[in-house]
Amino acid sequence: MVTMATPLEATTLSVDIRKRLAAFELQIQHEFTVGFTVIFGPSGSGKSTLLDCIAGLMKPDVGRIDLGLSPFFDAARQFSLPPQKRHIGYVFQSLALFPHLSVEENIRYGLDTLREEERREKVGRVLGDFHIEQLSGRKPAELSGGEKQRVALARSLVTLPQLLLLDEPLTGLDAGLRRAILEDLRSWNAAHRTPILYVTHNRDEVDAIGERLITMEGGRLGQSGAPRNILDAPQTVALAQAAGFENLLGARVKTLRETDGVMRIVLEDGGTELEIPLAAVQAGEQVKVAIRAGDILVAVEEPRGLSARNVIRGTVESIEARGVLEVLKVQAGTLFQVHVTPGALRTLQLVPGKPVWLVVKTHSCHLVTQP
Amino acid sequence: MSLDAIFLSLRLAITVSLLLLIVSLPLAYWLAFTQWRGKFLLESIVALPLVLPPTVLGFYALVAMGPRGVLGKFWTVVLGHPLAFTFSGLVIASLFYSLPFAVQPLVASFESLDRRLLDASAILGASQVRSFLRIVLPLSWPGVITAVVLSFAHTLGEFGVVLMVGGNLPGITRTISIDIYDRTQALDYAGAHQTALLLLLVSFIVLSIVYGINRRVWSPWPHR
Repeated sequence: MVTMATPLEATTLSVDIRKRLAAFELQIQHEFTVGFTVIFGPSGSGKSTLLDCIAGLMKPDVGRIDLGLSPFFDAARQFSLPPQKRHIGYVFQSLALFPHLSVEENIRYGLDTLREEERREKVGRVLGDFHIEQLSGRKPAELSGGEKQRVALARSLVTLPQLLLLDEPLTGLDAGLRRAILEDLRSWNAAHRTPILYVTHNRDEVDAIGERLITMEGGRLGQSGAPRNILDAPQTVALAQAAGFENLLGARVKTLRETDGVMRIVLEDGGTELEIPLAAVQAGEQVKVAIRAGDILVAVEEPRGLSARNVIRGTVESIEARGVLEVLKVQAGTLFQVHVTPGALRTLQLVPGKPVWLVVKTHSCHLVTQP
Repeated sequence: MSLDAIFLSLRLAITVSLLLLIVSLPLAYWLAFTQWRGKFLLESIVALPLVLPPTVLGFYALVAMGPRGVLGKFWTVVLGHPLAFTFSGLVIASLFYSLPFAVQPLVASFESLDRRLLDASAILGASQVRSFLRIVLPLSWPGVITAVVLSFAHTLGEFGVVLMVGGNLPGITRTISIDIYDRTQALDYAGAHQTALLLLLVSFIVLSIVYGINRRVWSPWPHR
């Protein structure tokens, strides 16, 4: 008899819970499928609490959590599978490496039930997979940030978890190292199809993962979809800040021009008028508009013949170098933050006190509809 | 100097501090991690000997161990002789008397542990007991040493409880501090001084060791 290789059954994590917290109520209803799901939101939005509930370190007040066919939590039956039996991987923001154990001892910690040879073989393989063989005898205090993060991931993955929870595991790493570790994670996931919940409030990490994204705020999940679509048009102030919109300006809607698909708004400070894309608002309504510092152009003479609809006169107030970026503060009734390259700074001979014109395309202005 | 009394005190202090460690580890672990609202009650009971005069503790211990006391009756039935005025009686009373000195450093030490380490241990499948043995205990050794040393030193110097429960039987219940008291009463100041000086030195050395190791764990002094 020929047995067909059965395809690995996709295990979906289904969460439907509520939990009363000090500041708000965590209220989550979502199915997390196999592969990366980035949970993106400002700090204090309940992301870590959600992960703790899924891991069994906290109990929701009501609801249930299931991974595929195995129940994790069911308030109705007063059932809660202890974290020891959930067989998941959870990498904390603090990593929580055991400081008194070596890298190798940390990694073999979760393989307690295996026979010695099998243990040694698995530990050896994961040390190789994560390029940390040479560190096996070291203590966590003797590791660099990136090495610690690799060890923490290896410690979780070596147990072959059915579900992986990652709470900002790559915070503070430079882009190259982050990409390398994410690559390791991705190839691991290609072999072991599990849901991976990746929590972050770092825009760069989101871009590096580039898969499904769901926003979280005030204990609730919000928009979901491709990261770019969501983060380029954040609907709330907190998300706009987290997504890296440096300019968040209060304004009042002046006129709507439905035929052109645009509307004019007046900024609260200084009365500057901007043309922005039309949205479902009414004249006179208070709104907030988000503009990335990198989406604003600077001119030292009044520009003419441009397609951009917004040209604002102002004065350079301060200049601050931040890595390969120059951060300009420009006073134009409202204080705008603008990013330019060091080369542009030199060519335009920008100095504090110099008059400049800021150029903003209509579609670089994003209306933030919720507080 | 009375060697008998010194050896007896050492035997008592070693026995009590080791027994206390066994009792205090699970008790302190539970106190440090329980969510139970009534835990303050147990904390108060543990801390009682810190504020109670030793004579009060000794009095109740004596009553309990006496021929009509619960503990005394039980002891007589099981072992055939009463508990009061014996070395075992001293040990039992001292366990209560020195309990806070063992429990408090352990609780402080356990509470200062990063909870995420225990979470990580649980997620990796380790039982509570395994987490305790592999993570909590190895990371709390300064607290453990402080607990042992403080309960040792405290038992070594006790007077009131011993006098109440043990009386003054040479080689059985006459400890150093009783010996010093006796000699002073008998105007043997030189003899009393020798023993007193020894106790003073031992106590000082012991405390130096504890505070030298660390001062994060329980201490009457503000944090450095």
